[in-house]
Amino acid sequence: MEIKEKLIEKGLLLIAFSSVSILALIAIFIFGEGLPLIWKIGPGAFILGERWVPSQGSFGILPMIVGSFWVTLGALLLGIPLGLACAVFLCEWTPPLAAIFLRPAIQLLAAIPSVIYGFWGLVVLVPLVRNYLGGPGLSILSGSLILGFMILPTIISISEDSLRALPSTYKAGGLALGATHWQTIWRVLIPAARSGIVASIILGMGRAIGETMAMIMILGNAVKMPSSFLDSARTLTTNIGIEMGYASGDHRQALFATGIILFFIIMILNSLAIFLSRRRAG
Amino acid sequence: MMHLRTRFITQNVAKVLIWVAALSTIGVMILILFQILEEGLPVLHLKFFLESPRSMGREGGIFSTIIGTIALTIVALLFATPLGVGTAIFLREYTRESRISRIIRFGTDCLAGVPSIIFGLFGFVFFVIYLNMGWSILSGGLTLSAMILPTVISTTEEAIKSIPYTYREVSYSLGGTKWQTVTRAVLPNALPGIFTGIILSVGRSIGETAAVILTAGSSLIMPTSLFSPIRTMSVHFYILAREGISMEMAYGTGATLILFVLAINIIANWLLNRYIRHRT
Repeated sequence: MEIKEKLIEKGLLLIAFSSVSILALIAIFIFGEGLPLIWKIGPGAFILGERWVPSQGSFGILPMIVGSFWVTLGALLLGIPLGLACAVFLCEWTPPLAAIFLRPAIQLLAAIPSVIYGFWGLVVLVPLVRNYLGGPGLSILSGSLILGFMILPTIISISEDSLRALPSTYKAGGLALGATHWQTIWRVLIPAARSGIVASIILGMGRAIGETMAMIMILGNAVKMPSSFLDSARTLTTNIGIEMGYASGDHRQALFATGIILFFIIMILNSLAIFLSRRRAG
Repeated sequence: MMHLRTRFITQNVAKVLIWVAALSTIGVMILILFQILEEGLPVLHLKFFLESPRSMGREGGIFSTIIGTIALTIVALLFATPLGVGTAIFLREYTRESRISRIIRFGTDCLAGVPSIIFGLFGFVFFVIYLNMGWSILSGGLTLSAMILPTVISTTEEAIKSIPYTYREVSYSLGGTKWQTVTRAVLPNALPGIFTGIILSVGRSIGETAAVILTAGSSLIMPTSLFSPIRTMSVHFYILAREGISMEMAYGTGATLILFVLAINIIANWLLNRYIRHRT
């Protein structure tokens, strides 16, 4: 009996390390595949190079880094105010009828596959942008708008959790001092839930940077430095997604190297978000 | 008095803006669903579900892609469920907050944030090439199981956490061992919560495209074994739309995807509500 219990405990410990081991395997295999190329052409030339012409052996991913940055920034400009407003709406101003619709709507936004978002963007949003604002339509603007909605569920759910976790005395205190409900929300509740809200934004940012399929369909995938929001662009993820199908040799290694940069960015964002939400909990 | 008035004006403006935000969120969701379903539902006949795609998907139905999606999801669940539930049991029942549990939690949280294209790269180089499984149901399923593992762990943990401590005390007082307590008192009561997590993971598996296309391939041939390459519904939808093969078929496949996702969410919500009512 004793031995069996011990064995089970050891077995569970082993199982519990599965997620850590998978993370380690991911890092090992992606770095193993991509690092040789980064060494070969030099980290500086790889990250700051502006030319990506695999057939000529030039692998510079600066246009993709810039593309990822602009698309993510655009998504956050839409996602943060909208997400925070929805979180406040759900915590503070929920007429029962509206909550009945908003909650499932957010759940569905989280559940809709990214290819569906991409397709919708392609058939509805892209023509709108092309007809009313000009340019190819397949653009950073279209991509940002779609991504803004895709990251909403992440921002809303974590901000809402951190607003709800506040002691009710905060709100009571604000109201008792004669502040209006809105002043209490803006000056007391949101600042108090700050670290959770920032964590939610960072996680949303991670989702935006990591999104692939929807962006392949909407961004237009041009490999050049974007100069305006109406230009088409290519991100780190879409660079991998488009070319992985036929790449080989150095070209394939360069795509894994792009993955290394992406992995690096995501791990930094994740660690930041985890650190912030721990601080809130502890 | 003036000051008081501006304060209330500000409050009302804020209220209106927040309403606009909430309504536009609902509105966009409805627009997306409406657009795809309006164009896609007319395509959905029994034949569409029961015939395999012909001439690259221009004609026929989506039968083989439904089979591919189901096979991939089952493989993913077969691996992720025991690992996820085991991890959650270990974290909740076998250890207190310690260095080990902090490392495990950090790993799980990070894994949850890894983008699907990275999982795709990893699955491609590890399962497809290094372990020589080729583009197959097994490679794709294993890659997906790594992706859904964090969801299974966190929902199982929540379910186990909500079980009152007295359940365990009763079991121990009857002479139960730790493992007996876990399997007879804790897990049966956590089952609906665990099941909700599994259903949500099914939703994620069905919708995943980037990781699947790199690990399970995009073959339209009916799979015959775990080592056959397959094309899932999402991958089929993506290829139809991006390569402009057939908008009609793309809408049909998209509508099917949405119906699956809707059904999964409704079931998960229903289970969760029942579970919460049962608890209180």
